[in-house]
Amino acid sequence: MSPKAMVLRGGRVVDPTQGLDGVLDVLLADGQVAGVGKGLEVPEDAVVMECAGMVVTPGLIDPHVHLREPGQEHKETILTGARAAAAGGFTAVVAMPNTDPVIDSPALVGFVLAAGRRAGGARVYPTGAISLGLKGGRLAPVGEMVEAGAVAITDDGHPVMDSGLMRMALEYARGFDIPVADHPEDLGLAKGGQMNEGLVSTRLGLRGKPNASEDGHIVRDLLVAEFTHGHIHLQHVSTAFGVEMIRQAKARGVNVTAEASPHHLILTDEAVEGYRTEAKMNPPLRTAVDRDAVVAGMLDGTLDIIATDHAPHHYDEKEAAFDDAPNGIVGLETSVGLILTHFVRTGKLDLPTMVDRMSCQPARAFRLPGGTLEPGSPADVTVLDPERAWTVDRNAFVSMSSNTPFHGWELKGRAVRTIVGGEVVFDLDR
Amino acid sequence: MTPSTTHLGKDLVGLEPLSGDQIRSILDTAEPFKEISERAIKKVPVLRGKTIVNLFFEPSTRTRVSFEFAEKRLSADTVNISSSGSSVVKGETLVDTARNLEAMKIDMVVMRHGSSGAAKFLAERIPSNVINAGDGRHEHPTQGLLDMLTIRDHRGRIDGLKVCIVGDVLHSRVARSNIYGLLKLGAEVAVCGPRTLLPVGIEELGVHVFRRVEEAIEWADVLNILRLQLERMEGGYVPSLREYNRVFGVSRARLAAASREILILHPGPMNRGVEIDSDVADGPHSVILNQVTNGVAVRMAVLYLLAGGRPESAEAAKTGGEA
Repeated sequence: MSPKAMVLRGGRVVDPTQGLDGVLDVLLADGQVAGVGKGLEVPEDAVVMECAGMVVTPGLIDPHVHLREPGQEHKETILTGARAAAAGGFTAVVAMPNTDPVIDSPALVGFVLAAGRRAGGARVYPTGAISLGLKGGRLAPVGEMVEAGAVAITDDGHPVMDSGLMRMALEYARGFDIPVADHPEDLGLAKGGQMNEGLVSTRLGLRGKPNASEDGHIVRDLLVAEFTHGHIHLQHVSTAFGVEMIRQAKARGVNVTAEASPHHLILTDEAVEGYRTEAKMNPPLRTAVDRDAVVAGMLDGTLDIIATDHAPHHYDEKEAAFDDAPNGIVGLETSVGLILTHFVRTGKLDLPTMVDRMSCQPARAFRLPGGTLEPGSPADVTVLDPERAWTVDRNAFVSMSSNTPFHGWELKGRAVRTIVGGEVVFDLDR
Repeated sequence: MTPSTTHLGKDLVGLEPLSGDQIRSILDTAEPFKEISERAIKKVPVLRGKTIVNLFFEPSTRTRVSFEFAEKRLSADTVNISSSGSSVVKGETLVDTARNLEAMKIDMVVMRHGSSGAAKFLAERIPSNVINAGDGRHEHPTQGLLDMLTIRDHRGRIDGLKVCIVGDVLHSRVARSNIYGLLKLGAEVAVCGPRTLLPVGIEELGVHVFRRVEEAIEWADVLNILRLQLERMEGGYVPSLREYNRVFGVSRARLAAASREILILHPGPMNRGVEIDSDVADGPHSVILNQVTNGVAVRMAVLYLLAGGRPESAEAAKTGGEA
């Protein structure tokens, strides 16, 4: 049964796909967007949601999350992850396959899809592994996984070191019109690294990962994508040189999309001072030069997409000596607030571009329905309150995990309602 | 110099956070403690009734024994825990080990751990005093202090001296503590070693870099020669021990070319014939055994100061008073 019709009335509707940015009403009916405009004809029994002062956008999409299920349900489950996503304003997420077991078969893709449908949060789109077991050897059954619902293939967490395998993946995936997402890291250069290699790692006595470990792999991926004409999606780009190489590749017409994560847009390796394990992630936080280049790349569209790389870990695992702590931070519930506060409010990023990077482009890159409020598209909508002041409290997350370097940060702006398929899956004030 | 500017606080995690005055105060406090180890009855009641745990997650003989002597000569009650005989190997986390020790109401923990930052981690989680006996490649502050005390003993000062640290700086906590400490006391500091064993950005810490040991010898008043761990060869950092000795080894012939007498330090244990030739280690300018002797005095000073002792009362404390 479809939910009742709903009208979001009087909000600032921002939808770059239709060039919309103004005070308008949005009508949702039968799980779809039924219309956007002024003085829409609204069914009598429609639920009215007053949105004056709010920003109404196509549902935000995070194309890079780790939901940990199956296998690491002490960190996160598909249910808690999908609900954390909704609480952060996301109507859809793309789940990485590095679970235990690895998502490398159609049955496992089906499991993720089914658990996502039951979760009652954001939509969960599965990905499949590039290689069986993420071992970097033989291709996983890509076609069968796509048929079962996988929207991309990736060995995320494990870079594809074998260039021949990357060639196969990019060529093979073309037949199914899906992107190949890669975590660019040369494991030889990055070996044993715990943080960015630089003055901070030298002072702290921690083993570093040089920028070149990421740069070289990005260049390799771009070259292979160029001659295979495959779609390479580069995850969490963190280096200035990497951004520049992607910019040049795009100018040459290479089919590449790329991500910037909120933490690489905001923090530098100085956040690691004091051996703070909540600032340990892969790729690592780098220098201000790199951070500024990632920002510039996100602003000019070289990095098409803002993606969190939501990586929950149990607090016990992060409560350890730096070398022993796992990589990654949670991001779903802080991303919108951080971007609104540090980029939109400061005037660096306008709202239409933010919506483009967090909704339209992820939908385009992963060929997902949504990312637009065009009539007939899914009734996935995010309502933002740009004036809502709040403090990040890791103990208040919907996610099962609390590993964030942003605990205690004062932010202004957050998602207040998240609507998926015409149903309200998150309401901050209820 | 007032006690407030030299007070060490709760822990000794490294020399980087300390001021020059604080470091000088530790070295000055070590002076009266040297004499205790020369007595027939090597015991004073300074830490009577204090409980100290020596928690060693990595094998160590010299440092552990040196701390233990320092503690016993100050009359503390000590317990040694090493990783091979503890719950550490049963998978207990560092934080649980710390909490269990805390529950036993101990006063101080001396810890050696393989991970950089482990001492700070522990210090932030327990109210006991924590002394870093080496954390990963980060710091080994008491080694840095005993090196400085030994240099001061033999040269009368540290300010203005040229000290070169030779060898595997990349993996060395001794190197970092020496660099931080010596710079704060006004020395000029250089490092010399294969570029694969020098960390990036080392120059930005304020040290010179010499490519060749001959250049370092020409420049230096003091050489602190680091141990080359054999696993560095397996890690591919150096082609062979033979080559290392030929290119970077400190030999008598190389020292003979220097225009001045060079003081020779080595934190031990030595690989004779690799980073240091025997005739240098046993030679007239080697102070390697003085370092070992000073290690006990410096550690007594650190224990005394962290227990609340005042630098100016150290002499009096030896004869009866408690810290």
